[in-house]
Amino acid sequence: MITVNSKYEQALQRYNEKIADAATEDMVLNMGPQHPSTHGVLRLELITDGEIVKEVIPHLGYLHRCFEKHAESLTYQQTIPFTDRMDYLASMNNSHVWVMGVERMMGIDKDIPKRIEYIRVLMCELNRIASHLIAIGTYGIDIGAFTPFLWCFRDREHIMGLLEWASGSRMLYNYIWIGGLFYDLPVGFEERCKEFVEYFKPKMVELNQLLTDNQVFIERTANVGVLPMDVAINYGCSGPMLRGSGLKWDLRRIDNYSAYPELDFDIPVGKGEMGTLGDCWDRYKVRVDEIAESVKIVEQCLERLQKELKRTPDFDPRAKLPRKITPKAQDYYIRGEGAKGELGFYFIADGKSEIPFRAKSRGPSFNNLSVLPEISKGVMIADLIAIIGSIDFVLGEVDR
Amino acid sequence: MTFDDIKELLVAKFGDDVITGEERSGMQPALLIAPDSIVDVCRELRDNPKTYFDFLSNLSGVDYGVDAGRFGVVYHLASIPYRLQLTLKVSVEHDRNSEELPTFKTVSTIYRTADWHEREAYDMLGIYFEGHPDLRRILLPDDWEGYPLRKDYKTAEYYKGIKID
Repeated sequence: MITVNSKYEQALQRYNEKIADAATEDMVLNMGPQHPSTHGVLRLELITDGEIVKEVIPHLGYLHRCFEKHAESLTYQQTIPFTDRMDYLASMNNSHVWVMGVERMMGIDKDIPKRIEYIRVLMCELNRIASHLIAIGTYGIDIGAFTPFLWCFRDREHIMGLLEWASGSRMLYNYIWIGGLFYDLPVGFEERCKEFVEYFKPKMVELNQLLTDNQVFIERTANVGVLPMDVAINYGCSGPMLRGSGLKWDLRRIDNYSAYPELDFDIPVGKGEMGTLGDCWDRYKVRVDEIAESVKIVEQCLERLQKELKRTPDFDPRAKLPRKITPKAQDYYIRGEGAKGELGFYFIADGKSEIPFRAKSRGPSFNNLSVLPEISKGVMIADLIAIIGSIDFVLGEVDR
Repeated sequence: MTFDDIKELLVAKFGDDVITGEERSGMQPALLIAPDSIVDVCRELRDNPKTYFDFLSNLSGVDYGVDAGRFGVVYHLASIPYRLQLTLKVSVEHDRNSEELPTFKTVSTIYRTADWHEREAYDMLGIYFEGHPDLRRILLPDDWEGYPLRKDYKTAEYYKGIKID
């Protein structure tokens, strides 16, 4: 045991003592870092009394890749590929928020052509669908349903194919650049994307019949892991976590950034249909409904991209790229709705260099995960799996 | 509620000393708060029916550089009922060669979000938060030496006797 030689080590000693004490009366169970139900390399230390979980202590950092250190030693443009690696299931959303922040600091956010904004939104929403499909599919597997996983991955594969066609990469795109895009959409993309939407709509109906209304699934998730709205707000939960607790809070509507104010979509919230408001089933349902809304957005984007914002031979998505990205000395916090919730970047620019003086990222998964010890006190171990799955975090973003 | 209204509200409640300055040059104005009263200010802003800043978006520790010799914490608050955003800043002068860490009061009693964010600031920048319930390192291992996001951080050459190439 580490001896206390300063007040800075007291917390560590308290923790060590707690684990030592628990080992005599209760059982300390390690879940992860390699367990599939922890969705990555998350290690949870459970203090258990039989099947009852008395306390959960999360240990993070297994996937820490020094995002902030990298961002503070590279230029704004060079950091975009690193933002892709935060929430690697929805990379487009990450780079979109980063790019928006830098553009606003440079004061060029109003000059971005409409077609570019619409392509960005189209990509983000396709990526959001892909991310939610993974959330739903792996959630099914956590609960014991194997088929939805295969179906979700089959449909996600089409989105991956589309995004690869546009950007050249399957997961980590580096497609959205400051002031523009890597390339324009490939010829025929809009038509192919429309075909995908037509293919995808009936598949969602099928998935709902298989999983959403499945009695076994409802029994496992309704009334489990109830997250009241005030707790969710106090813990900084956002995205489907917060909306699952019944609060209509979506930054796409609150901040009205990019092309979102011109698009028509609803914000689904949890209603407590199958049990208590804010339970696992509500969070799951919000994601299912959000997929339908995202499909609506994709359709509207395609409509405009094919009509009034049609591609022209002289359209250059790199025309507005700034030569030198040195924002004025200021600090700026940008937030946007990623697939998991409020994604934020805090920049401090010193006005002289192309490298941010400070870049802090606020990952939605980081905050969503922090509520886990609070809502899983006194649950069964099997329910803990259901709660973890319903949070839908990505360790790439928790650890950064 | 505009930025000035919030400032007046705080001055009326806590007196002139609570606000040590303000930054208006950027797109997001910030209030500089006296470090000792940050907890009271946050509680007032959260509970006052005119502001209801109930959501802590982000908490970042900042090392203002070797020359400046200052460490700070920046709070980004959001009010869900009024759809407002507010930036608060606290900072202290600190000699980085001393054994002591720069110390602030914890706001994790008011916003539970701050719990993990303060652990991260402690982990990365070596900022100590007085009264925090569990201030351990969060992303790095418990036996890590140094604070990587400090501006004077030197990459370690050895980790537990193993040479790092």
